[in-house]
Amino acid sequence: MPSAANRTLRVPALARVEGEGGMIIRTHNGRVRDVELRIFEPPRFFEAFLRGRRYTEPPDITARICGICPVAYQMSACLAIENACGITVAGPLHDLRRLLYCGEWIESHALHIYLLHAPDYLGYQSAVDMARDHRPEVERGLQLKKAGNEILTTLGGRAIHPVNVRVGGFYRVPTPAELEPLAERLRSARDAAVETARWVAGFDFPDFEPAYEFVALRSATTYPIMEGRLGSSLGLDIAVDEFEEYFVEEHVARSNALHAHIRGRGSYLTGPLARFNLNFAQLSPLAKEVSRDVKLAPPTPNPFKSIVVRAVELVYACDEALRLIAEYRMPDTPSIPVEARAATGCGCTEAPRGILYHRYRIDEDGLVAEARIVPPTSQNQAQIEADLRAFVEPRLDLSTALLTRQCEQAIRNYDPCISCATHFVSLEVRETD
Amino acid sequence: MARRRPKLAVWKFASCDGCQLTLLDCEDELLAIAGAVEIASFPEASRAQVAGPYDLSLVEGSITTPDDLERIQAVRKSSKYLVAIGACATSGGIQALRNFASVAEFAAAVYAHPGYLATLERSTPIAAHVPVDFELRGCPIDKGQLVELLSAFLIGRRPNVPTYSVCLECKRRLNVCVLVASDMPCLGPVTQAGCGALCPASGRGCYGCFGPADTTNTRALANRLNEIGMARPDVVRAFRTFNAGAEAFREESERDA
Repeated sequence: MPSAANRTLRVPALARVEGEGGMIIRTHNGRVRDVELRIFEPPRFFEAFLRGRRYTEPPDITARICGICPVAYQMSACLAIENACGITVAGPLHDLRRLLYCGEWIESHALHIYLLHAPDYLGYQSAVDMARDHRPEVERGLQLKKAGNEILTTLGGRAIHPVNVRVGGFYRVPTPAELEPLAERLRSARDAAVETARWVAGFDFPDFEPAYEFVALRSATTYPIMEGRLGSSLGLDIAVDEFEEYFVEEHVARSNALHAHIRGRGSYLTGPLARFNLNFAQLSPLAKEVSRDVKLAPPTPNPFKSIVVRAVELVYACDEALRLIAEYRMPDTPSIPVEARAATGCGCTEAPRGILYHRYRIDEDGLVAEARIVPPTSQNQAQIEADLRAFVEPRLDLSTALLTRQCEQAIRNYDPCISCATHFVSLEVRETD
Repeated sequence: MARRRPKLAVWKFASCDGCQLTLLDCEDELLAIAGAVEIASFPEASRAQVAGPYDLSLVEGSITTPDDLERIQAVRKSSKYLVAIGACATSGGIQALRNFASVAEFAAAVYAHPGYLATLERSTPIAAHVPVDFELRGCPIDKGQLVELLSAFLIGRRPNVPTYSVCLECKRRLNVCVLVASDMPCLGPVTQAGCGALCPASGRGCYGCFGPADTTNTRALANRLNEIGMARPDVVRAFRTFNAGAEAFREESERDA
């Protein structure tokens, strides 16, 4: 019997995630002894080399932390620096930023649903393999992804590391006529997103419902992307600039990593599942209707259903992008002036995988004196490990191969971005050069 | 008998994943590419791992750890044709900013505790360690250039990737020169083309993400930037971004002005 033995479930290099990581789970006498999500992604020291850069540079520089969600980095950086300088970008410029961000949500969610996660549910190694039997679905996913990228290209100049974002707004704003072709494509993308939700809702979901504390931005007026306060399912309700008082990184026994906790409580989950459960009421009528159609309602605690939640957010992001285009009035200026001053500011936005927090201290010369960045995957890592522990123990009767594969799927529930999370690991500097 | 499809592998070193994502961003071409080559190893896209040797390896990222020093040798040995993709792989990337500072100080600024990851003092491009058959520039690479590279590889010709400066793309696009007309700092005159002059078209100066063009006069540009009112520390910062480790940009940033 496999369950009696001491076993090791090992994935040396996780596939279909962004960045490089692995997983080791060791069991002893039918109990899980160790769970470790390992990160091998080399450290890149962004917070260090941001020091001494001009206050206008972090949006372009921090975009390079992640090729999958550069807009999230650009937006959190802009909000933090504008906050330090005492400026709020509102009105049509804020709406244009939100439209750009919708593009990133669409691109990233379509990528994750179709190319990274769905192959787990249907038993394929990759989307290319899956396309042999499910070509129309894979093509639909690629077209959805393309629609997101077209928003990014139209507003940002290019899909990866857009060039048109600056502190204070944009370098150039589009004419309404330039946005019109996007609307046409988004209408068919929205239909494809609805079909996506129906498709993924038909997958089989393991029976697994941990008691999470969900954390997301919350707003009374909108499904938050870059608005509102931080809230949780256990009653947390704080301003973004209180983040570091409540969220801490702690050393955990038997792990090399630092784990994010809510002070005095424990691990928490950020990302689509948290957003959906905390902000369902702010979804568009169509996104709510699709949720009801596919029998998805808050609270949904099963992380394996995050693929359905992503599909509902795809519907929402297409819908919201269409609304923003329809209501678009070209701003008088592409950006508002932001003068540097000696101050500290922070910003938090909803990256596709969850909350992304930036803080900058700017000095009297307008240079960055200190930077802090807390990406969503860093915050979810403790929760991913807790999920694996809770998921594996009742399933030790499964074969090692099957259980390992299901653990990989459980990790992918979080759409982990290990490129982002690297500065979560501690390290040793060896002089080998 | 059907011809064997060439085996493609995609490798990652220190990077943001954006350049390999460019392959998945070929939404209209991806399934055709997957039909023309065997995607033998591409962990970001597939669990399947087909053993080498590989006909074509795309290598993203820079070398920054002791393990990666060894891994790049193994990649080279298993690859017939090795292409470095993106600013990290061709110049060391943004993380090469450590090359101008002390990595121990950098580490102390970010990490509170010692642990198991080791890092090198410098971030270096792939070509500093193994022979590279071709380089695609850019932070990130351009999708059109990637498709051109793959097509050229399949046909067996050299990729048509220009090495002249962004200025030519600006002229072709009928952009008004931001440097001449608006005294806006622009690295276009010394930066390799390939992006399509995106930044000047968006009303900002080029920030050099494709690295130095074939023959550059960075000193003349630095002097011009100084004349339009840019202080030397800002000129240094302009040359020290995503291709800070590329020789022409590094030399200019280290010159006593």
